[in-house]
Formats: sequence, C-alpha cells, structure tokens
Amino acid sequence: MIAVIDYGVGNLFSLSSSLAYLGLDNMVTSRAEDLQAADRLILPGVGAFGDAAAKLRESGLFEVVKQQAAAGKPLLGICLGMQLLFEKSTEYGEHEGLGLIPGTVEALRPDLADQSLKVPHIGWNSLQIIKDDPLFRYIQPGDYVYYVHSFYAKNCAANTLAVSDYSIPVTGVVRAASVYGTQFHPEKSGEVGLNLLKAFAEL
Amino acid sequence: MITKRIVPCLDIRDGRVVKGLNFQGVQDVADPVELARFYNRAGADELVFYDITASVEGRGLFVDILRRVAAEVFIPLTVGGGIRTLADFDRVLKCGADKVSVNSGAITNPDLIAEAAQKYGNQCVVLSMDVKRVDGSFHLFAKGGREDTGIDALEWAEFGVKSGAGELVVNSIDTDGVKGGFDLEMLDAVAVRVDVPIIASGGAGNMEHFVELFRHPAVDAGLAASIFHHKQVLIPDLKRYLRENGIEMRL
Repeated sequence: MIAVIDYGVGNLFSLSSSLAYLGLDNMVTSRAEDLQAADRLILPGVGAFGDAAAKLRESGLFEVVKQQAAAGKPLLGICLGMQLLFEKSTEYGEHEGLGLIPGTVEALRPDLADQSLKVPHIGWNSLQIIKDDPLFRYIQPGDYVYYVHSFYAKNCAANTLAVSDYSIPVTGVVRAASVYGTQFHPEKSGEVGLNLLKAFAEL
Repeated sequence: MITKRIVPCLDIRDGRVVKGLNFQGVQDVADPVELARFYNRAGADELVFYDITASVEGRGLFVDILRRVAAEVFIPLTVGGGIRTLADFDRVLKCGADKVSVNSGAITNPDLIAEAAQKYGNQCVVLSMDVKRVDGSFHLFAKGGREDTGIDALEWAEFGVKSGAGELVVNSIDTDGVKGGFDLEMLDAVAVRVDVPIIASGGAGNMEHFVELFRHPAVDAGLAASIFHHKQVLIPDLKRYLRENGIEMRL
C-alpha cells in the first residue's frame, strides 16, 4: 500500500487517481499509523516552502516521515514535496526542511543563464538521465515531463539522478538511499509519469 | 529544452462540448470525457475547460465531468468560467483542476488574483484576458468580450502578474474566429510587460499560424478550439510539423 501524505497542502486527487489508474493500492492519509503501516510513502506539495514545512510539522508527520525514511521505507517527494526533502530553502526567508538529502532550495530566477526565460518554469521539458536508476526502468532519456516551479534544488550534485535544461541544468530527480524526489509532476506527465510511478511502486 | 505547448480548449455547456462537430475517431464529439481522452492520446500538452453554463444543474455536471477526466487523463488541466470567489477555486481544484483561469471575476474583484495566489500558489492562477483594439490602444473587455471596460489591457496584464498570476491567456477579440493567424502584435505588446508564460488564443486557422506564433520567443503556448474540434488541424500532424520547423515539441 502506498500512503499519499495529506498535510493540507495542495490537491491530491490527480495523484491518487494516477496510482489507482495503475492498479496500485493507495490511501490519502494524514495519520501517522497509516504512514507506519504503508510499504511506500509519497510526499506531495504545492505552494510555498515555509508554509508547507510548517503544515507538515503541525500535522505531526514531520518526524514520522523522517523516521520512516531513515528506516529505509521508499519515499517519493513530488514538486514542493521533493524540495522539502532538502536541508533548507530560501523561499521568503530561511526555512528548514526534512534534511534527508544534502542541498538547498533556492530561487531559479537569479541563477538562469538566459534571463529572457520565464519564471515560473512551466511546461514540458526533456529529462537528461545522469545516473541510471531502477526508477527509470520504464522511461527513456529525453522523455518529456511536466514542471511547474519557481525554486529549485541546488548544491546536490552527488544525489542528482536527472536534470532538465533551462539554460542551466535544473535538478529533476534526486535520490539518497530509498528517498527519491522529482521536481516535475509524474501525475501530470502523461504516460512517462505513470511509468515512473509504476517503477517507484516496484522498488 | 522546454517545449512550446499545444492546448485544445473545450467550452462546456450543460455537460456537453459546444461546437464539437464531425470528429473522426471520437464516438461522441460532444462528450467532454471522450474528447479529452482523444486529445490526450493525440498528444495535447494540456487541456482547458471553460464552463459556460448558466444553471446550477449545469455547474454540477461540469464538476462531475472534470472529476471523470482527471481520473484518467494525466496531463495539466486548466479550468475557467464563472470563477468569482475562492470557493469557486476550491470547487474545481478538488475535482482535479491544476490551474484555474480567472477573467471577469478578476475584473469585478481584482483582489481575487492576489488572494488566490496566496492561498494556492502563483502556478495555480491563470489570468485570462479578452483584448480588443479601441482607438489605437488595447482595451480589456469583460463578459465574454461583449463589454469594453475601458481598462488598458497592458496595464491590466502587468497588474495581474504583480498580484500573483502565474500565466496569462491573451485572447484577441480582433483575430478570434477569423482564422487568419494569431494576433502577434498584441501578444508582443503584452510580452514586453510581463515575465510569466503567455498562452496565445484567437485566430488559429492552420498549421503555419502556429509556426509564426512560436517564432515569437515570448509566446509559450497556443490555444485553439474549433480547428481542433473540426479536424481542420490534427494535433499529431501539427506537432510533427512544428518540430520539422525547428520548434521544440513533445512528441
């Protein structure tokens, strides 16, 4: 069973639907017991980092997620959920994340080599696979995935599995042991995204 | 590289697609779920649904359709039509919408943009604007393009983005329905004022029009309805053609 962690941030309908579409048993939940009982966890999220980190703490799940990840349970952070895996973010002040992956989350705008590019980075971008991984079992290098974000993970090269080119390499997929994160939305990336979720469920 | 996006738009009234005619490969062209499925298979990069229903029953049908589409079509879904309050945002986001498009609702209550952006994030708020030339300047129109607000459209675009809109849909009333090409002059005028993605709407008549559109680097997506619904342009052909012309496309 996959537990989709509901901590009051964002809309989980599509994510839960995509798992159901794949025939994967899943539960949208905010209960610690469910997270402990699940085989796998997905940490979603949209909005601002500080707000989401605060909500995750208020829900009492911050430590539970950390413990479960430390115990080796596969965890997938998506979009802001991926950003929360890092040590800290500078989005509207400095905020502490889960610290499961070394690195920081910072604004995309000042780092872009091509300043004529738009922020948010919204749309389909191709994935360059840097390190092969079982997560990519059903997808190909160059496959397109759907991004929507204004902040990105950096100083995390050692843990980066894939990037997308946006005049700089934007961190796309990260991993530390059984903790994974995707900056893009697999549940909105068509067939490619479904194949990635399928691979996650088989890890 | 990021791709340009091809976005079919479905106007829905009382649970049916308006103007859905003669479509091969689709059993019931007026069934929004069937049509969404078809466009997804054809490679549409995102779908826009406009609720043009007036009745309460129609509104219920609309969210039901949205839920059914979101349960099996896993690409971004934008929803607009009748969005006036945060409760309206909530209603469609709960049913699987990723982005919510505001138009007249933001003209009546400009604070709606900032309130929604704060609550749901900038990426969720799309400002849709109907624009027409009046006495040599671009005016913002309300009520489905029927009423001149007298507001300068370029200033409105700038205000919208400052308030937190993460994307703009620019619909040119001047070129809409004419099928003579997108309103490149208008799009360029808006693009120099904002730095968020711009979705062009109004005027698409053939594949060449999309090539012209995407040669303007500031435009990120092209939206159209009838040429796709009426099979005048097929999305797989269009995307291949654009890629042959050097435009980055997801195939």
